[in-house]
Amino acid sequence: MAMTDHAPRFVNRADQKLWFERIPAPWWALAVVLLFLPVVANSFWLFQVMGWTFILGMIGLSLMFLAGYGGMVSLLQMTVAGMAGYMVAILGNSGTVTVSLGLSWWIVLPAAFLIAALFATVSGALAVRTEGIYTIMITLAIAAAFFYFTRQNYTIFNGYSGFNLVLPPQLFGVNWREPVPFYYLSLALAALSYGTVVYVSRSPFGLALQGVRDNPRRMAALGFNVTAHRVAAYALASVFASAGGILLVWQNAQIAPGTIGMSAAIDVLVVAVVGGMRRPLGPFIGAFIYVILQVFSPDILGFFGFSAERFKLIIGLGFLAVVLFSPDGVLGLWDRWRARRRQQQDQLSGGGAA
Amino acid sequence: MNAPVTPPRPVALGQSHVSAGNALELRGITKMFGALAAISDVTLSVRPGERRAVLGSNGAGKTTLFNCITGDFLPTAGLIRFFGEDVTTFPPHERIRRGLRRTYQISSLFAGLSVIDNVYLACRGVSRNRFSLIRPRRDDALVHAAETLVEAVHLTDEKDRLVGELAYGQQRQLEIALALSGAPRFILFDEPAAGLSPTERRDLVSILTTLPGHIGYIIIEHDMDVALRVVESVTMMHNGRIFKEGRPEEIEDDPEVQELYLGGGHE
Repeated sequence: MAMTDHAPRFVNRADQKLWFERIPAPWWALAVVLLFLPVVANSFWLFQVMGWTFILGMIGLSLMFLAGYGGMVSLLQMTVAGMAGYMVAILGNSGTVTVSLGLSWWIVLPAAFLIAALFATVSGALAVRTEGIYTIMITLAIAAAFFYFTRQNYTIFNGYSGFNLVLPPQLFGVNWREPVPFYYLSLALAALSYGTVVYVSRSPFGLALQGVRDNPRRMAALGFNVTAHRVAAYALASVFASAGGILLVWQNAQIAPGTIGMSAAIDVLVVAVVGGMRRPLGPFIGAFIYVILQVFSPDILGFFGFSAERFKLIIGLGFLAVVLFSPDGVLGLWDRWRARRRQQQDQLSGGGAA
Repeated sequence: MNAPVTPPRPVALGQSHVSAGNALELRGITKMFGALAAISDVTLSVRPGERRAVLGSNGAGKTTLFNCITGDFLPTAGLIRFFGEDVTTFPPHERIRRGLRRTYQISSLFAGLSVIDNVYLACRGVSRNRFSLIRPRRDDALVHAAETLVEAVHLTDEKDRLVGELAYGQQRQLEIALALSGAPRFILFDEPAAGLSPTERRDLVSILTTLPGHIGYIIIEHDMDVALRVVESVTMMHNGRIFKEGRPEEIEDDPEVQELYLGGGHE
């Protein structure tokens, strides 16, 4: 009896792999490298390079979710991140005691996420009635309006100087701004955001969003409320952007209008496009390339006698090259290279058999 | 004077009077594009389970009529009732949720998704939890329904392929699967046979004639061999107006129809 009970289950297991067996080997390797990086890397790499990569990657991920799955290119994601960051500074503690309310972290953090989500939802509701270039224009307009508002409003946003000394709470007795804790915190949040996007992409909502991207009219003809799905996508994407924005404030220990300026908004687009908008991994790759260029190009430029400011020129040229040669980013290049290699192998083995 | 467009009424699904009477009732439907009347004063009623062909030359207003019925266009004037309920100003998704379906003349699918995901979306669109963030389980009822539909239109072998990579005929079959999802009560087929091979046309006729009897439909079709074989009544349109209604054999033999539509040279 026990034998017959066991037999089908055994067959099933061979047939259907368990969840961890479906994760390919390169992912395990990447996970091991990221988990043990603090053993070999110095604090500059952990805090500046990797911390910033994860932060930019998460904000880029929120754009990738909207653009890659929803077909909505939003220049608003840095602003949403900045809204969450500002809320942490305003509601919590900062060096600007006249403005900051000094509430405890367990009120501040949920409130920051909620207010940023509300902001993204309202902005999204305005933006989703437009398509293509008009979505870009309207989100850019909202981003610009918020940037100038923070610069001129002193009662809430403390104007031009913004907030400094915005520090993470000392939870569990850990100083989360120390390089190693900050590295693990940002790694964990980035991995969580990435996993959420991957999971949601196969959920009814995620599939419906991709349906809206491919053919909004048909989605309506299948019984979906297209507008509601688009607005909901803005709300969900705000969570990833907010997590990135809060980490960004903690990393810099400050936030000011410059953090959410037009060039920052465009940097998010560059990061997502360079990495590739079709898959959630893209923005993280784009962010890594961006950060590496940002961090190391001043030295290289200086060696050749150029000003360090010129690093944006290198990024701009890289952006142009990617857009021209691989519209789906670095990941697209990688996909095509693998496809070509597989084809060649097929031809070789096929030729051998014939 | 045509009936004015009335505001939507509260949903009254499940009440007995809703499903009484005609499946679809159009009264004085007119659609203007600027000064041009694409359809004018179309009055038409179809019984539940009735199958009807709408014939007419290009520009007769057949597809515009479909777009008014599904809500893609709001009619300039007139009244649309679907199973007794006034849906004239309902948005498309509200009409679809009440059991109306349509297919498109030019396949209108989700090219970036797989065959099974396309059908799954169609099943999900007319059921609850459209906003769910939880992945469906393998034994989910809707996943099962989607697989059954994929099988019904002979696409099981292609179910994991991206729709953008399918052959033309297969996309047409998938188009029909999407229209059959959920619990359709009435389907609008817009030239389902366009571009199909003779074998695929035979497949189409067998799919249409084996639909459950309670599902009525209107079919726009230029291929008379397909159209007249799958319907019990025919409406002829010309220049945006209905000018003749009858049984298929009456229409086929009508000299006026032959002159206008068949051009006399048919067969």
